[in-house]
Amino acid sequence: MTTSVPVTTRKDWSSDQEVRWCPGCGDFSILAALQMLLPELGVRRETTVFLSGIGCAARFPYYMNTYGLHSIHGRAPAIATGLATTRPDLDVWVVTGDGDALSIGGNHLIHALRRNVRLTILMFNNQIYGLTKGQYSPTSEVAKVTKSTPFGSLDTPFNPVSLALGAEASFVARTHDMDRAHMQEIFRRAHEHKGAAFVEIYQNCNVFNDGAFEKITGREARASMLIPLRHGEPIRFGAEGERGVIQRRDGRLEIVDVADVGEDALLVHDETRADPSVAFALSRLARGPYEPTPIGVFRAVERPEYGEEMRRQIIEAQEQRGMGDLAALLRSGSSWVVD
Amino acid sequence: MTTGTRRTTDQLDDVVVRFAGGSGDGMQLTGDRFTTSSALVGNDLSTFPDFPAEIRAPAGTLAGVSAFQVHISDHDILTPGDAPNVLVAMNPAALRANVGVLPKGGTILVNVDAFDERSLAKAGYEANPLTDGSLSSFTVYEVPMTSLTQEVCKEAGIKPRDAERSKNFFALGLVSWLFTRPVEPTLAWIQRRFADRPQVAEANTRAFRAGYHFGETAELFESNYEVRPAAFEKGEYVQVSGNQAIAWGLITAARLAGLPLFLGSYPITPASDILHELSRRKEFGVWTLQAEDEIAGVGAALGAAFGGALGVTTTSGPGLDLKAETIGLAVNLELPLVIIDVQRGGPSTGLPTKTEQADLLQALYGRHGEAPVPVLAPSTPSQCFDIAIKAARLAIKYRTPVIVLSDGYLANGAEPWRLPDLTTLEPIDPGFATEPNHRADDGTAVFWPYLRDEVTLARPWAPPGVPGLEHRIGGLEKADGSGDVSYDPANHDRMVRLRAEKIAGIVREVPPVVVDDEGEAVLLVIGWGSTFGAIATAVQRARARGLRVARAHLDHLNPLPANLGDVLRRYPKVLVPEINLGQLSRLLRAEYLVDVQSLCRVQGVPFRASEIESAIVAILGAAQ
Ligand code: SF4
Repeated sequence: MTTSVPVTTRKDWSSDQEVRWCPGCGDFSILAALQMLLPELGVRRETTVFLSGIGCAARFPYYMNTYGLHSIHGRAPAIATGLATTRPDLDVWVVTGDGDALSIGGNHLIHALRRNVRLTILMFNNQIYGLTKGQYSPTSEVAKVTKSTPFGSLDTPFNPVSLALGAEASFVARTHDMDRAHMQEIFRRAHEHKGAAFVEIYQNCNVFNDGAFEKITGREARASMLIPLRHGEPIRFGAEGERGVIQRRDGRLEIVDVADVGEDALLVHDETRADPSVAFALSRLARGPYEPTPIGVFRAVERPEYGEEMRRQIIEAQEQRGMGDLAALLRSGSSWVVD
Repeated sequence: MTTGTRRTTDQLDDVVVRFAGGSGDGMQLTGDRFTTSSALVGNDLSTFPDFPAEIRAPAGTLAGVSAFQVHISDHDILTPGDAPNVLVAMNPAALRANVGVLPKGGTILVNVDAFDERSLAKAGYEANPLTDGSLSSFTVYEVPMTSLTQEVCKEAGIKPRDAERSKNFFALGLVSWLFTRPVEPTLAWIQRRFADRPQVAEANTRAFRAGYHFGETAELFESNYEVRPAAFEKGEYVQVSGNQAIAWGLITAARLAGLPLFLGSYPITPASDILHELSRRKEFGVWTLQAEDEIAGVGAALGAAFGGALGVTTTSGPGLDLKAETIGLAVNLELPLVIIDVQRGGPSTGLPTKTEQADLLQALYGRHGEAPVPVLAPSTPSQCFDIAIKAARLAIKYRTPVIVLSDGYLANGAEPWRLPDLTTLEPIDPGFATEPNHRADDGTAVFWPYLRDEVTLARPWAPPGVPGLEHRIGGLEKADGSGDVSYDPANHDRMVRLRAEKIAGIVREVPPVVVDDEGEAVLLVIGWGSTFGAIATAVQRARARGLRVARAHLDHLNPLPANLGDVLRRYPKVLVPEINLGQLSRLLRAEYLVDVQSLCRVQGVPFRASEIESAIVAILGAAQ
């Protein structure tokens, strides 16, 4: 494969299918961000695969002019595991939602992450079930009133970033649908990552959960409510960078006024910490999308990639035992001859 | 070692030995070794391991009894035998659990050391059966296996507690003498198997020799026995179990197709040995994923198939339930996928280690929507090899999931298998799409993923990587041809019919059913899967009684052979023995409007030939 990657534009990556999300849905901006980014990534359409489960987000593959597989509810990470391990030449993207990834497919997600399968997982989190018309999801806030919870939901929600970190994910990030440049930066990083990359995208479902992230992602709110994580830099936010995050002696993180503690006291963000505890603590800074919330890359560490390791075992076996000999295989017990 | 000089060696045509003990007593190993040395002598053989689901079920209780039955003979045999001639009972529970099936005049070898009061009570004996006369219709040999083993081990400085564990090798040695089995292969095997535990190897060797010498020297036995080699067709043979044969068949199929083999599987009894076997064979380019659950196992296999591998998943009943949705997706995606279901007793967890044939209707119909898949069933352990290859061949050629119904009996049972000539196996052409296959209205060449082959109705298989063939597929209904999502009513009707027609068309790959009829038969006995041996044996015996019986067996359950309707209608009476409540019967009645009679028994064990024979006699007795 020495031929250079052909120059493409967004149009080349868009399929001829009509996009069928509700007008105003956050999914459009995510689709656009990615279609615009792909020409810059030096990748080919024929070696790019979008794989999804079920849900609004899961329609994504139909809109990409690449190979695509729209599968069944929750199972995309499992199906993608078979594809990505056996085909290291492919770029496999998994597009999923909060219900798909964390409810019906929670098991597959955590195992794909712990195995570190080479997948770029984009989880659109809108904190609601869209396609089934508005039931609460595993990321909905407690007491959410929906058609299936007229008296308010009782379930404590998942924090997807915490969950991914707990599942030994080697790359965990968060972005949101209102900021194309940030999404593209995060998608680029996720795509570069060797192993499973998990990206939570706050996405507005304007039909069933409009404004769920408004308090933090709204144009006016962002500066004071989003805490950008930048590797190697002190963690601070606010229009003037006047607020910041410090780590207390007991390990807890706290949001403070920089003026009170001094710049040097701020926690310097390190994505590459082997120990995920600080990343986890960062993921717990906000109790929900109504408090200052970190976005960016929480964790990016190197860990053996699953498919590569499987391949290594196969190659080693072949080096040690030679390419499998079928005739010898059938005689691997003891054989006897009848003349 | 030589056989005793004082006594005679008598000839036997065949013999059935049943080794029974506690589940920690190593009965499976013992039975397996006896089988191997019988295979080396050249006997025909058939085995039936029968063990509890618990790994170490309570020692000494009836529930904990583990048994291994082996039938060896100097002629062609098809079953592990209806009943043992010789029962080896390592403790009272093993005796109690198995003495019921022993015919009058049968031989019992008991480990008399284990017949203490506590063990007798545990087994539920109020009186000692060795002394109360209840075994008077059998020939009972009381052998102090534990203490003799401990004694010979003591000389080597092995503690009695450790030596005790080798008593099964004493039993093996004794039975080896009794049936004049060669000792060298077993001694060599002990050295190999326990190479890293020299003390265990030493204890087992000593116990085995001691058992053999005991037979020779103790004046207990009047004679020992010889079962001469069976007249096998020329060729090279191995002893193979169903699970092994399936694993090897899958590897062979992948080789024939030039594809990587990808197994996605979750451990489940009695299918796990296929996962184990394939996991050992990485030099064949085999990818094995022990998935997080059954659904992920089949999902990963389907993902690998999308990428151009031979995707396989292996499971047993409960796992098949969980895989149903993904199999439905594979039906819709029209991608090759092989699903191996090693059936066990159900429903639910049921009887994990016992055999059953009750997943047939699930395999045929157990998915929502119209979702037909080919279903195949091997009838003997060695045939699992051919069936696995056939399943892969159909899956690849027709771009469809294929279900193989093995069962616990085939999975663990073993028989001699004449090795096939691998060079005669036909290659499998994956026939990947290489270029656009359609002209759009504006004249540009495009790729339509659902444009079908005119004969097979199979769609193109286009794994990612080829420029110009980028396409999207999914579980939503597709437009015929283009494969775009379509909710059009007429299109859906057409696609449902096309998928059904494609699978029905596989009948062209199904050999006509062959009837074994010596002429003028008035009853046809027809079965599927692992009942083959019992049915064939029963029919032989019925004929020997002068009854006019024909026999046929189905390897293909969907589509059924084209001539099956004609065959069924040719006979006034049709009997269908099945280890379920009549699933094939129901199918045959529905398909062919033939009123077949069901012979059903669902006890977790294979049919005895005598049960089927009795049913034949009952029917023909009434008819003739
Ligand atoms: S229901 Fe919500 S998430 Fe789904 S497409 Fe409409 S706006 Fe978007």
